[in-house]
Amino acid sequence: MIKKEVYRSLGLNDEEYKKILTILDREPTPTELAMFSVEWSEHCGYPRSRKLLKLLPKTGNYPVLIGEDSGGIIVDDIALIFKMESHNHPSQIEPKQGAATGVGGIIRDIFTAGARPIASLNSLRFGPLQDPYNHYLLRGVVDGIQFYGNCIGVPTVGGEIYFDENYSGNCVVNAMSIGIADKNKLARARATGYGNSIMYVGSSTGRDGIGGCSVLASKEFKEGEEKRPTVQIGDPFTEKCLIEATLEAIATGHIVGIKDMGAAGLTCSTTEMASAGDSGIEIELQLVPRREADMQPWEVMMSESQERMLVCVKKGKEEEVNNIFHKWDLNAVVIGSVTDDGIVRITDKGRVVAEVQAHSLTNAPIYNPLYKKPGYLAQLNKLNLKAVPEPEDYSDVLLKLLASPSIASKEWVYEQYDHMVQTNTMVLPGSDAAVLRLKGTDRAIAATTDCNSRYCFLDPYRGAQIAVAEASRNLVCSGAAPAAVTDCLNFGNPEKPDRFWQFKNCVEGIADACTFFNIPVVSGNVSFYNESPKGAIYPTPTIGMIGIIENTRRICTQYFKDENDVIVLLGTCKEELGASEYLKNIHNLVKGVPPALDLKSEMSVQRAASEAIRNGLVKSAHDCSDGGLAVAIAECCISGDSVIGAKISLKDRIRADALLFGESQSRVVLSCSKDSVSLVEAIAKKHGAVFAVIGNTGGTSLRIDIRGKSVIDRDCATLQECWKNSLKEALL
Amino acid sequence: MKFGVIVFPGSNCEQDCFYVIKDVLKQPVEYIWHKEMVLNGFDCIILPGGFSYGDYLRTGAVARFSPIMKAIVEFADKGGIVIGICNGFQILLETGLLPGAMLRNKNLHFICRHEYVKTENVKNPFTNLCKQNQVLKIPIAHNEGNYYIDEAGLRDLEKKGQIIFRYCDIDGDVEGGGNPNGAVANIAGIINKTGNVLGMMPHPERSSEPELGSEDGLCIFKSIITWIRCR
Repeated sequence: MIKKEVYRSLGLNDEEYKKILTILDREPTPTELAMFSVEWSEHCGYPRSRKLLKLLPKTGNYPVLIGEDSGGIIVDDIALIFKMESHNHPSQIEPKQGAATGVGGIIRDIFTAGARPIASLNSLRFGPLQDPYNHYLLRGVVDGIQFYGNCIGVPTVGGEIYFDENYSGNCVVNAMSIGIADKNKLARARATGYGNSIMYVGSSTGRDGIGGCSVLASKEFKEGEEKRPTVQIGDPFTEKCLIEATLEAIATGHIVGIKDMGAAGLTCSTTEMASAGDSGIEIELQLVPRREADMQPWEVMMSESQERMLVCVKKGKEEEVNNIFHKWDLNAVVIGSVTDDGIVRITDKGRVVAEVQAHSLTNAPIYNPLYKKPGYLAQLNKLNLKAVPEPEDYSDVLLKLLASPSIASKEWVYEQYDHMVQTNTMVLPGSDAAVLRLKGTDRAIAATTDCNSRYCFLDPYRGAQIAVAEASRNLVCSGAAPAAVTDCLNFGNPEKPDRFWQFKNCVEGIADACTFFNIPVVSGNVSFYNESPKGAIYPTPTIGMIGIIENTRRICTQYFKDENDVIVLLGTCKEELGASEYLKNIHNLVKGVPPALDLKSEMSVQRAASEAIRNGLVKSAHDCSDGGLAVAIAECCISGDSVIGAKISLKDRIRADALLFGESQSRVVLSCSKDSVSLVEAIAKKHGAVFAVIGNTGGTSLRIDIRGKSVIDRDCATLQECWKNSLKEALL
Repeated sequence: MKFGVIVFPGSNCEQDCFYVIKDVLKQPVEYIWHKEMVLNGFDCIILPGGFSYGDYLRTGAVARFSPIMKAIVEFADKGGIVIGICNGFQILLETGLLPGAMLRNKNLHFICRHEYVKTENVKNPFTNLCKQNQVLKIPIAHNEGNYYIDEAGLRDLEKKGQIIFRYCDIDGDVEGGGNPNGAVANIAGIINKTGNVLGMMPHPERSSEPELGSEDGLCIFKSIITWIRCR
């Protein structure tokens, strides 16, 4: 008789346990109970989010591929496979290994699809650096990413880092990986063909990470709980060998299916491969390579030891596949075979320890959680601008914003990542988007991650739409046509109605914006229960977006290139200060509503910028986002190899602080030569984008006038020093 | 004229080197698996960068015991051209083909960025197409590039012209603060006494095409080709 405490401690509720009894028509064995608990957990089975996720569009301008564990698009003969995944809870507990295994896990999802990983990005969010634990987390997470990513030889080319109190106690670590493959040589994560062999490949199985996904990823953090044993340990060297061996094995054509043993290890890989292939799988646990003695069958099934994969191999080809893995000194053992009864049958010394229909495990119950708009929002959304005084010195505000860790240069971080290996990185970290060439073609891809979670907190629907719009704008500024999205949805406890309301609105926002822009969501991940005793994190739907650049000669970067170029602003500056970095940083206010987003204006601005760049008229293009126009222009001056000043004259009749630091959407700062201005203007007009010449590049300082009155005048060297060193100094 | 690129488990720059030789320079090149025992018909051997065996022990300390290393030592002893880049340099130090050792970078972090190096010796197989004191922009990417050698060893290197590259600023000033990792005497690359083995921390294969922001690394590969052709 299984006691309540047992299944509850595994994360199953009474209803779910009853359901298991009905499915099996008997009591589950301990191994079966463990298998149900992980397959039905939010991390694997998406019981609370699955229904809403169906809203996300699956078609776009390029043919879409949706695999079992990742997705992508096809551009001519090349498949671009990518996905983003969270590793928040492990990183909060053990930042180095948490982040390292996050990188390792997402990369396995890419190469098990048959694609060679060509780039990684990371979206990271921590509490303020004044708290030494957040300090430790940032250092640890960066160390984990460099330790793993550098070793496996996949460049870490971009991402974002934000700091805010709401992430104290529950940091966010989202890792994204991009791979490329011949579209005809992709692999699936399924087991088919009666009698084909099931092979275990990679590291041995230990007790590490048991319950990682059901216990760690599917619960909130409570004070004083010891969860360190549920974090796995990464071995990037083995992963590197696995990448090479796996791609070599897939190229033989003998692999029917292959799947990473990620969350819930053998349980997920066996049941999900059987379920995806509409087949059954039989394995014998004694054949599983182990690094610890006396492991119970359920422990072997639940272990999250890293760098392991399950492979379905054509019968008779086992030895050939074996030889490839052995060449790389990797374990490769046949542990079972494919059956046709739809059952996952696990034996231990021949004794059956689990016997369950694969579909019953993978069809987790679907819940419709209650949702309710949080009561506090009405008050927070009210912003009385009259009560917000204009600053005395705008230059000082600009310096403060440039030095705020969320805006400041992330050089200290990205210099620790090998961002050049594989020799494809054409735009190094520090511009709006990373750009990687596709060798052997004229094409390049651009990639970015984006989410302003303060926007999402104050208006989840609009905030999520803005995340999509901004990611897309970033890609356009690099010269790319936005092509596809992977999303990583980080939220609080979905069983609490106000949290689920945030989730619902964010998913709808992403769905509507992506549908409007015709950008498919090809893969993604949901991370719930991001809560500390202080409450939930801000809703953080991170958008990872990929774009295509048809001609590598038309790549654009954000920094000014020459003196005496003309600076152009596409888009309109409105009196919008709600949810801004300025309000938060200078006035310590998280209030108001995020800036308005009109999808049509956004499209006009993006189309105009895109065409001007494609026609070779634009020397630099930068998206206007956190910190507003003044920060965007300052970044154009100081983020390149050489510093170039600017003289700006603005005329808009709105509050000066709103004009300088407001975060109105759908704006892009361009620079072009004097000869090109009229051509750029004509293109803007054609697309209906608001166009204004706002100044010239040149000199060594940044000067901004509003209607003839000087409001900002600072030496670029000062701005640069402040922007470049602030994060480094905060970490001393 | 044939290049060989050694592949250790954990190498991760072998494809980049291969690409430059084959696709940029249009020269014959083959991968050589580390378990091979013989080298036949090669004119230049490249030990690429990466993390051989994960570098879980001292960098390069395990790779030096790979079966192929014996053949590489013999090849070098007979005057064969060998270039070790980054982890390849570390392996050459562990093997004893080059003097000195690598310490962790002085800031204790991995560093990846473009650096400038000054070419101090141009009478050798690796830099004969460079101008004396030419400044090259070549990226580094390493954790352990802080080259160490004792004073007597350093004097010896200097006397025999074995220091090929020193970190410097954009104008070639070695005192200009351009020493990213704390290396003794700003050393970025050295050759052996007979001049046929080069170890360097910067990655010339990452700066061999205009798309990547610098073509300065190409002159190293071109120098090797010229040297072998004229031999």
